Amino acid sequence: MISVKRVVLDVLKPHHPNALEFSHTIAEVGPDYRVHLTVLEVDENTETLQVVVEGDAIDFEAIQTAISNLGGSLHSIDEVEVQSRPDND
Amino acid sequence: MTRGSILINLLKQVSFLLRITRTRGIARRYFVVNGFDGALTMLGLILGFLVSTPTELPVIISACLGAAIALGMSGISSAYISEVAERRRELAQLEAAMVTNLQESAHGEAARWVPMLIAIVNGSSPLLISLIILVPLWLSNNGIVLPLSPLHAAIIIALLLIFLLGAYLGRISGISWLLSGIKTLLVALVTAMLIYLFARA
Repeated sequence: MISVKRVVLDVLKPHHPNALEFSHTIAEVGPDYRVHLTVLEVDENTETLQVVVEGDAIDFEAIQTAISNLGGSLHSIDEVEVQSRPDND
Repeated sequence: MTRGSILINLLKQVSFLLRITRTRGIARRYFVVNGFDGALTMLGLILGFLVSTPTELPVIISACLGAAIALGMSGISSAYISEVAERRRELAQLEAAMVTNLQESAHGEAARWVPMLIAIVNGSSPLLISLIILVPLWLSNNGIVLPLSPLHAAIIIALLLIFLLGAYLGRISGISWLLSGIKTLLVALVTAMLIYLFARA
């Protein structure tokens, strides 16, 4: 079984919701997600972010949906950490 | 999910939509401005009835209720039309900046729902305030004896509500609530004086 342990995303988002609410909503996607958000650039209407999500088994699709629902746009996946484990059954 | 948790989630969602569109202040402003309109209109009508030839209570209630409903409908429709245009413009600007379609995002949802929420606040504020002012008239009309005449009681309630709206404005703007309340009360008293002078002339 392969699970995604860590992803680093480049995201563009409007100023609202703010960084705290944005990371809070992403963290709510999984039971053990740890989110580290850095604002890289601030424009008139938007902010460029680096979002690092760590967890035991990250559901990337769900994170992408959460970002879109908040009005954000995923520009690129900059880093990924994936782990393979032998299936028990 | 219990009814209570559904309501809490709904309120959280409303708060979130108002926050991302930064319209909480607009809703608050509409509430006070239109509430003030409602209270002053009722004050004017009741004072007009008070200084003119004696009129039966059901006639006064119908006239005031008609004005209150008209104020409510005017508040709903005007706020909805202007807010829809405003939210659409802001969403289009944001979509241009994001270079993406935001219709399915919280911002798209906000552009659809926030105008309705603000319209409800804008319309219900004068209607509710007018209905509160009319309570003594209804009570008296239903045979309940009041310590003073229903028209005078309604005027006192109107002045009290106008003072409270001013005090609320003072509280949110961080200035003295008492001073702010007295200021709005003075506006109401000047209005009352003008009505009295013109109606008597």
